[in-house]
Amino acid sequence: MTLEGTIFEYEFIVKGLLGAIFASITAGLAGTYIVSKRLVFLSGGIAHASFGGIGIGYFAGINPVAGAAVFSILSALGVEYLSVRQKIREDSAIGILWAFGMATGIIFIYMTPGYTPDLMSYLFGSILTVTYADIIALGVMSIMMILYFGFFYRTILYISFDEVFARTYSSYVNVFKYTTTALIALTIVLNIRMAGVVLVISLLTIPPNIAMLFTKVYRKIVLWSIIAGFAGTAAGYTISYFAGIPVGATIIFTLAVIWAVCKGVLWSGKKVRRVNPPTSVKTTPSVKTTVG
Amino acid sequence: MGAYLLEMKNLSASYGAEIVLNDVDFKVFENDFIGVIGPNGGGKTTLLKVILGLVKPVRGQLIFNHDLMNGSRIGYLPQISTADNTFPVTVRDVILSGLMIRKSLISGMSVSDKKKADLVIDEFGLAGFADSSLTELSGGQQQRVLLGRAAIGDPKLLLLDEPGNFVDANFEKDFYEKLKELNNRMAILMVSHDIGTISAHIKSFACVNRSLHYHPSSEITNQELLAYDCPIQLVTHGPVPHTVLKNH
Repeated sequence: MTLEGTIFEYEFIVKGLLGAIFASITAGLAGTYIVSKRLVFLSGGIAHASFGGIGIGYFAGINPVAGAAVFSILSALGVEYLSVRQKIREDSAIGILWAFGMATGIIFIYMTPGYTPDLMSYLFGSILTVTYADIIALGVMSIMMILYFGFFYRTILYISFDEVFARTYSSYVNVFKYTTTALIALTIVLNIRMAGVVLVISLLTIPPNIAMLFTKVYRKIVLWSIIAGFAGTAAGYTISYFAGIPVGATIIFTLAVIWAVCKGVLWSGKKVRRVNPPTSVKTTPSVKTTVG
Repeated sequence: MGAYLLEMKNLSASYGAEIVLNDVDFKVFENDFIGVIGPNGGGKTTLLKVILGLVKPVRGQLIFNHDLMNGSRIGYLPQISTADNTFPVTVRDVILSGLMIRKSLISGMSVSDKKKADLVIDEFGLAGFADSSLTELSGGQQQRVLLGRAAIGDPKLLLLDEPGNFVDANFEKDFYEKLKELNNRMAILMVSHDIGTISAHIKSFACVNRSLHYHPSSEITNQELLAYDCPIQLVTHGPVPHTVLKNH
């Protein structure tokens, strides 16, 4: 089967291009935050927990993405809340949520009568089943993320860096934490259509890690992750089209290769450079203490 | 002694049912330099958090002298563990965050704010590091950045929580020199467990162990510490750390 010159080919290109742009913007902004704050595991948990919402959506006959959105936001805020209260270890809470969401999804999809054709697309992503509604949702999400991070850049940056200090000057720390977490959960859910439950976390984490090889400044990491994300997504998309292999997996594979190549180039460059001499052993200066 | 910046009257603070500070009466005077000492878990950090408004007292009063505080915020240097020192943030941005109290949530930093940050960067010996990320700095340099963040707002009161933990020996002298200079403009409350080192720099002690005893001198004896119910051993810093058992 060839799509060449057909209406399908046109749709494929338009959806692919728009999807790549919006996915890179949302994943770049959310990804830089989760990588900087070491919330990658939490985000993986959110992605998998949302599968429960997808299953319930199928079963109840509502849009699975809507189900996933509700599930992911609730689980993200739940983990955030629980870890603040410190009633439970955060990584354990995430581990429970991760598998519970998957189990719920599998049970409800099994109980749904009839054939569920695009289940695989939720697990591993597929551009073919992406609708214009999905693309529009990602576009709206991109605008929301740009406005949110644009207006509150310093506030978000400073709360992420040092929450305790931020509390000394602002009483809105929790509002920002929960808002950011909810937006990240939504970003993950909307990108599931592109990369799937299993792979979406890499779409968020690889681009910032590519960017962080070259810069340690938050603002620049965001910018370069969006660029790297777009390059990887567009390239992976093109490769998958010509090679006839699954698009989600190809995108992630391409991004990982970009990261590995950049890392390799930097590493071989560093080997040439001078190694810093070891710091000398310090001696404690003698301080006379007056006692009595 | 001059006028006081803040006063605690019969103040108690607790975490849940556990009372951490009990019936504290305490005044912080202008330009005082107080070493806050006491056993671990005795309430030293809580004392700072009460002043910062992060912990609400369950009883008693905390009164600020607003004429003297003159609307200025309190400078705060938390234990470095509260900040993530691998977070991708530049030195200039960290120091600028000390100005956030005067900012609305959406505003950026003005040109004059940035100039001010650059002055602080020079003043704290960080010239050339303005655009470096915190990860690229040594522990002592990171500590100076956080001190710069606490000082940029020209506070009347500076709270330091265990700054000595991360100050390397090379930087220790500069650090206390810097504090002495800042002390001309502001009162300093410094939590430390290292009485030996700080006693050379401070003006008075506050011994905190649920209760608080103010000791208006930088010299303190083991007997006095016992009387204050403040079980800490005095250790002097010689070639080998040793406990001073008697007056000498």
